[in-house]
Amino acid sequence: MKDAFGLPQSLLVLGGTSEIALATARRLIARRTRTVWLAGRPSPALEEAAGQLRGLGADVHTVAFDALDPASHEAVLGKVFAEGDVDMVLLAFGLLGDQARDEREPEAAVRVAQTNYTGAVSAGLVCARSLQSQGHGSLVVMSSVAGERARRANFIYGSSKAGLDAFAQGLGDALHGTGVHVMVVRPGFVRTRMTAGLPEAPLATTPEAVATAVELGLRRRTETVWVPGTLRVVMAALRHLPRGVFRRLPV
Amino acid sequence: MSADTDSDPDVMGLDHTTVTGWGRTAPTAAWLIRPRTYEEAAAAVRDCGARGGIPRGLGRAYGDAAQNAGGSVLDMTALDRVHAIDADGGTVLCDAGVSLHRLMEVLLPLGWFVPVTPGTRYVTVGGAIGADIHGKNHHVSGSFARHVLALELLTADGEIRTVIPGTPLFDATAGGMGLTGVILTATIRLQPVETSLMSVDTERASDLDDLMARLAATDHRYRYSVAWVDLLARGAATGRAVLTRGDHAPLDALPARLRRDPLAFRTPRLPATPAILPEGLLNRTTVGLFNELWYRKAPRARTGQLQRISGFFHPLDGVPHWNRVYGRGGFVQYQFVVGYGREDALRRIVRRISERRCPSFLAVLKRFGESDPGWLSFPVPGWTLALDIPAGLPGLGAFLDELDEEVAAAGGRVYLAKDARLRPELLAAMYPRLDDFRELRARLDPSGVFVSDLARRLSL
Repeated sequence: MKDAFGLPQSLLVLGGTSEIALATARRLIARRTRTVWLAGRPSPALEEAAGQLRGLGADVHTVAFDALDPASHEAVLGKVFAEGDVDMVLLAFGLLGDQARDEREPEAAVRVAQTNYTGAVSAGLVCARSLQSQGHGSLVVMSSVAGERARRANFIYGSSKAGLDAFAQGLGDALHGTGVHVMVVRPGFVRTRMTAGLPEAPLATTPEAVATAVELGLRRRTETVWVPGTLRVVMAALRHLPRGVFRRLPV
Repeated sequence: MSADTDSDPDVMGLDHTTVTGWGRTAPTAAWLIRPRTYEEAAAAVRDCGARGGIPRGLGRAYGDAAQNAGGSVLDMTALDRVHAIDADGGTVLCDAGVSLHRLMEVLLPLGWFVPVTPGTRYVTVGGAIGADIHGKNHHVSGSFARHVLALELLTADGEIRTVIPGTPLFDATAGGMGLTGVILTATIRLQPVETSLMSVDTERASDLDDLMARLAATDHRYRYSVAWVDLLARGAATGRAVLTRGDHAPLDALPARLRRDPLAFRTPRLPATPAILPEGLLNRTTVGLFNELWYRKAPRARTGQLQRISGFFHPLDGVPHWNRVYGRGGFVQYQFVVGYGREDALRRIVRRISERRCPSFLAVLKRFGESDPGWLSFPVPGWTLALDIPAGLPGLGAFLDELDEEVAAAGGRVYLAKDARLRPELLAAMYPRLDDFRELRARLDPSGVFVSDLARRLSL
């Protein structure tokens, strides 16, 4: 069960090697989390992540999970929920893709879209149903500012996050009053493996800062979290720029 | 909603009621069932499904004791009949859903009062036993269950058992947070009174040591004793307090005007707190100001002042829904007890709270007397401090964890009826009979019919 400050005792991470997710898990383990399920494609990295979290004192299990195989989600995730209540699901898997290549190779672009959007829709709905049956829990969805307004430089990734963001907001409204809390997290540029080598955007942040914002959002039962918080204002302005102006921005 | 509704809804969003405790933190959804007869209660227990059920009274437990995510919550307040009063012997037999307010209305005109009342009259008899509540008279009268002569308990197997003091089931049920079954009725021994007024002595204490000295020296002279502590006062004034102690006023203490109707029960109420209030209404500035005024307005020393029962025992009941004043984020109440001889721990904790500047109004210090046998019953001989803190205060969770460590190291404990955040690992140290409780539950309720969010969170 979550406590008065929204801190979960059990955590299911979808995308178990995500740096943001692991930073969040570390932070929550330091407080109340004792059981962690790391779901992802089986890999040495996933096992290594599990080992690190075990070192912090948590009881960590890994689960073979593939966002691109929605048909398996019901069975894979159902097994986790059958083991006991999951107080928080952190939906953190995602592909950044390579915009230039993805524009040339539509199949690669589809992979980004299927992972970030279709896979998340499937996993999100499966988890939402289980959370609703248990009558409590938080579903924390890693969206991105890139979904707020699609940019020339990464609109394939951005459009997939836009879809995910809209889906998660709607899901949050559908689950309102069911005891289940859906939180959409919109980080800006986060310094991780995924963004290594890319030119850093203004207001760049870290996985740890995202984790801090998630913990605060859990306590306040916030529905939308921007990291850093100033991005909310920045994006509100950018969203209203005329297309002609937005197109010319060096972002 | 009814008891036989499928608890695994097919339509998203169309379902449960969200339930919280008085602190309004950690809402969870459950099927709210309101049995009107014992048979309906038995049917609700039988049909409550895989996620079990938990009885709920008037929802005054601050944390998650009367919540059951995804399962059933049995609202017992419709079972509210007072069955029999022995006006000579001073006992009452009533349903568990009867509130202490109702008992006072019925009993005071007959010259009887409830044996124990907490800071609110709006608790049910069932809740009073389930949390084994205490009041300002604990040092004289012990906790509520000490005055329970018998109760009827609907257990997981659907049977109704008569449970009497001195049995393991009674000791598990008194303070058992509703996890042994649903209390249906109770027979309670009452306190005789000549009037419905209180004769109250008020004095100020300039700091914590002064306060503890005054309480220790003269508490035994009073049936009721409590001290309000200003936890925002710092430096030399740390722990300054107002002591209010007294007893039921005898008839000859009343002026002639009041003697005509000495047992009248009057409960003035203000309009309810609005449902939506801005966050942060209670901050260091406003609470500091309130505490300053409260301390200054209290007389340095006054004796024999006549006060109504509602004013002396239940000042906050005059403001319906006062818990809303903390806004949407809610609040946590932290109450602990440390034994006599561990005053050092109490001093350290008070200093830490005061140094941290927690905006806490109405912190209360009291001395407990002998404990009662309930396995998870909270009171043990010692000092108990209770304070409210807005849940949104940054770093509060970790801070309270540190206080827990102090409390546990001093052999003390926190109160489960107030808890919403204890680290589960500390529970066994605080409640040494926890294993007995778990073992009895495993035997009495092997399939885990009775379960609450509190029980899940702390593995009770």
